[in-house]
Amino acid sequence: MFQLTGEGLIELNVNGETRKALVRPADTLLFALRERLGLTGAKPGCENGDCGACTVLVDGWPIKSCLMLAVEAVGREIQTVEGLNGAPIQKAFVDKFAFQCGYCTSGFIMNCQGLINIHPDASDEVMQEWLQSNICRCTSYQEITEAIKSVLITENT
Amino acid sequence: MTSIAIGKDIIRKEAWDKVTGRALYNADYASPGLMHGVLVTSTCAHGLIKSMDYSEAQQMPGVKAILTGDYHPMLTGPVIEDRPPLARDKVRYYGEPVALVIANSKAEAAAAASKIKIQYENLPTVDKPSAAMSKEAPLVHEHIDQYRHVIPEVYPQANSNIVHQVKIRKGDMNKGWQASEVTVEGEFFLPQADHIAMETRNTRAEILPSGDIIVHSSSQAPFGVRKLISQHFGVDLGKVVVNVPLVGGGYGGKAPIQMEFLAVMASQAVGGRPVLIANTREQDISASPSKLSLEAKVKLGASRDGILQAGEYTFIVGTGAYADSGPRMTGSMASNCTGPYKLDNVWCDAYCVYTNHTYATAYRGFGHTSFTFAVERAMDKLAAALNLDPVELRRKNLIKAGDTSPSQVILTPSRLGDVAQCLDKVEKLINWSEGSRVEIDNNRIRAKGVACLWKTSDSPTDAIAAAIVAFNSDGSINLNVGAVEIGPATKTTLAQILAEKMKMDVNRVHVEMEVNTRVSPHHWKTVASMSTYMVGRAVEEAAKDAINQIISLAAIAMKCSPEDLALGQEQVYLKDDPNIYIDLAHIAHGYKYPGGNTIGSQVIGRGTYVMPHLSSLDRENGKGKPGPYWTPGAQAVEVELNLADYTYKILRAATVLDAGKVINPKSAKGVVMGGMSMGLGLGSRESFIYDQEQELQNTSLRSYKVLRIGEQPEYLVDWVETPNANAPFGARGIGEHGIVAIHAALVNALSRAAQVELDQVPVIPELIWQKREEEKA
Amino acid sequence: MIPLNFEYYRPETLADTVDIFDKLDAEGKQPMYYGGGTEIISMGRMSNLTTGALIDLKEIADCKVLEYQQEQLVIGSSVTLTQIHETNLFPLLSQAGARIADHTIQNKITLGGNLCGTIIYKETVLPLLLSDSQVFIAGPGGQRTVPINSVFKERMQLGKGEFVAQIKVDKKYVSCPYVHVKQTKQDKITYPLVSICTMAVSGGIRAAFSGVCGFPFRSIAMEEELNDRSRSMEQRIDKAIDLTPGPILADLEGSMEYRKFIIKGLLNSIINQLEE
Repeated sequence: MFQLTGEGLIELNVNGETRKALVRPADTLLFALRERLGLTGAKPGCENGDCGACTVLVDGWPIKSCLMLAVEAVGREIQTVEGLNGAPIQKAFVDKFAFQCGYCTSGFIMNCQGLINIHPDASDEVMQEWLQSNICRCTSYQEITEAIKSVLITENT
Repeated sequence: MTSIAIGKDIIRKEAWDKVTGRALYNADYASPGLMHGVLVTSTCAHGLIKSMDYSEAQQMPGVKAILTGDYHPMLTGPVIEDRPPLARDKVRYYGEPVALVIANSKAEAAAAASKIKIQYENLPTVDKPSAAMSKEAPLVHEHIDQYRHVIPEVYPQANSNIVHQVKIRKGDMNKGWQASEVTVEGEFFLPQADHIAMETRNTRAEILPSGDIIVHSSSQAPFGVRKLISQHFGVDLGKVVVNVPLVGGGYGGKAPIQMEFLAVMASQAVGGRPVLIANTREQDISASPSKLSLEAKVKLGASRDGILQAGEYTFIVGTGAYADSGPRMTGSMASNCTGPYKLDNVWCDAYCVYTNHTYATAYRGFGHTSFTFAVERAMDKLAAALNLDPVELRRKNLIKAGDTSPSQVILTPSRLGDVAQCLDKVEKLINWSEGSRVEIDNNRIRAKGVACLWKTSDSPTDAIAAAIVAFNSDGSINLNVGAVEIGPATKTTLAQILAEKMKMDVNRVHVEMEVNTRVSPHHWKTVASMSTYMVGRAVEEAAKDAINQIISLAAIAMKCSPEDLALGQEQVYLKDDPNIYIDLAHIAHGYKYPGGNTIGSQVIGRGTYVMPHLSSLDRENGKGKPGPYWTPGAQAVEVELNLADYTYKILRAATVLDAGKVINPKSAKGVVMGGMSMGLGLGSRESFIYDQEQELQNTSLRSYKVLRIGEQPEYLVDWVETPNANAPFGARGIGEHGIVAIHAALVNALSRAAQVELDQVPVIPELIWQKREEEKA
Repeated sequence: MIPLNFEYYRPETLADTVDIFDKLDAEGKQPMYYGGGTEIISMGRMSNLTTGALIDLKEIADCKVLEYQQEQLVIGSSVTLTQIHETNLFPLLSQAGARIADHTIQNKITLGGNLCGTIIYKETVLPLLLSDSQVFIAGPGGQRTVPINSVFKERMQLGKGEFVAQIKVDKKYVSCPYVHVKQTKQDKITYPLVSICTMAVSGGIRAAFSGVCGFPFRSIAMEEELNDRSRSMEQRIDKAIDLTPGPILADLEGSMEYRKFIIKGLLNSIINQLEE
């Protein structure tokens, strides 16, 4: 039985590497990534699961890292925006001007990447369902829609 | 001549940093020995602090200090100094900071903060702007007349909640009403709302043994922070250093100074060590300043032919518990109160009043979103009364060059732009002529609404900007300005202006993304859609200065007169024979003769700018020049309303602005669409909700709703380009304007669809249902 | 960021889970079971949580089951809303779950967590109430399987140390015609103004509600009125609405009167669809 009864070292598999992190059982994955592993791409926007700025992939699925304890992630594969290497969705965000201040961008991109991995041919409806988990305050979402649609396989392409 | 960088969709300089998670915002930086401050905020909207027990909190592990209002008593504010950073003796709004716990870790600070017990004696509250005006109203501030005025032109009334009043008196109202065959009146309410920048406000501060105060903050106003920290902590201006990296959205909300005072106090309390204070989302909404509320009355008179004859406007502006920039916004609203319409007889009384709500500050549009709603709803009422098409009524009355603004500025094409063209274009974009109300079937109605807008800077009369253009030895440029990159690609736009002036590749212009007040040249604030204009002018001046230096040196090197030379593509060449040239790289750091002698040195261009001829509003008649020029525009929205449950979809939203000159079309369109998105949010779902005790109910993003993907309409954006003679390449500011009238257009459409008068926002389906029920009864 | 400190345990068998609960309880640690954890983390951040230990149920083999066993669909309590939606073995349940919170959070919320949390909506219970599901409960007193309609009264009635391990649904209900509607104040991603699950079975229409009262419910009395075809549609609905098991909510999502207006409209359109 895995257990952590006080502040202690855990091993996290992040972006293909095994990293050790000193956490309390009550620390969130977001905290461990940012404060212990220096992976600040995931952002705190509400720490309540409402905004999606902290989204990372866990075993391939988008997860709001503010709503996951770091200990829960032990034994799972975590991917953060720092683990993407020139993914098409990153270029699409650049080309479509799909961000302004950029603070929500990491979270949006990771959610998009999850969708691209799991449902590369997602319909507009499914795409919206997924991306409604994130808030962008600068853009109108029209640009983000264009970016993700340029990467998804649609019937027209 | 074809342009090199202007009018091009240049990808922002920091784009790849932002999509890889490598772009750093203030709270992303690690700092050795960092401590954490956590705020305790008021659970009472108006009350006396009877007792505060922090004995248990003090004993908690990791706790280093607990500060209350007595720690470093001071009153702050940009217009009138009425606000203590930590409440003293009494609290004036739910969420007001009352104590600050500093500990080794954030968890420890938060644990201790939750153990602080405060007892309040509740006082009666002021719940809305009009209630604040009543003679019997409880006083939010007992000694309003004793506060220090930062600017002379603010007129608080003793023993009242009125902190400022602005009057516009133009023309002859009697004459205006006599000429009015048709009059309409309306009362409107726009509640408070929040900026919801995705990055919550946060500041890190430390005090070095040398006495230097180093502040790192997510701020739109690093130079403002420096000035006020210097003033309130009694330190030389130059000893305060304010650093601002990329900012995760501002929309006006990061222009005021709040966290910075607290962080410096916190550092002071722990021997100068670095302390970070970062708002939770709940604090960012309830404790930090928000958007003002407005109760407005508008009375318009027109002759039978639809020509406006008189306009009377009463604005009661709720600035919340503290004034902050409320009085300035009140002036801004009054001086533009008519909207972009010609009116010779104007009477406006605008009051800025305290309430027991979260205090207000600048919000995209600086008050214009609020009064424009009232004016544009009134215009639709007038159109109905005159039986005129709403577009037609507006077209008849649009303001033109030669007319005067409410504050009696004489308008020229350069100052005003061409609002008529904007309206014509938006009318076509939204396809107005196909009908503004169409019944699709038994339940579904499609309807359109239109609204016009204008906005100027409403800035201080001495706002300045500067730029430094320093050449690298390879001929490329480092551009250093004091404007903050808060999102709209300001730094990239400035690089485009510089590249165009230097006639070189924009990729060879390197822009410093961060602002450091000890290194960066001054800029007033990154607000008011003014950075491209003000800093752009400074960049132009700096370019001119640099070109002079380059040409002079090249003339020596090339043994000719400077007049014979021209600069382009990083070469200085003979005008009559471009094949004879010298590379910029060979003069950027001085020219080296064969043999080694060198003349000249690094080319550094400097440029500065101040907006000319601005003046304050006259106390009695409001006469004055509030900004250097206006950006006008027209907006339209199409909705589909379902009469079965009054839900609706926003189908299309259109904006046409007179941008003077569009420097980066894709960026500009994005910024305007972003403004529209915020405005549609304000029109359809966003507002603060207070309970009977004036406790704010929706302090999280679970209960404070903003638009999400899929809820947006199709956006249509187009431009008119009437150059502003003073601006870089003629460009007018556009950063805010997308928001200004879009909710008015939305609600005009919804009122038309539902056939009820909707005179408040946000319009949720229940409001339409309620109005329809009232209509039936 | 959760200021509170607690211990974390992740057992892998039902027996170990109960044992560790007993042990932690005896030590005075007020242990709590932990599913997706989205609610517990939010409460912890707001310092609205008192526990010395969390017992994570997500690695218990029995709680991870999602399959047909004979004529029953068995859904482990640790199965996420997304797994329910993606496999779509019980379409009404997948639809109800797909409108809880948002898609990313559905990757985290578990069925057991939604059923047993403190939130007043718990929309996953609605399809389970309609389909007369069975609840497999484990606890210090042993294991029991009980009808959900007897154990869910406003909330799951569990004894100390008990937790939901599985839900079992008879196959015959999974394919019944159904309608699910969630209406909100304005936004898609938000709490319901009203959420209604309905199912057409041989005896008529079954209906369960969330967001109507301060708890989710299925009311036989209301179903009887709704199924009384001797009356006009308006009368059927009006009679049913008079029988809600508690006062109709008035809160930030909407007033009582507006809720009534919306419920009437929704029931009208749902019954028309199901009786077609």
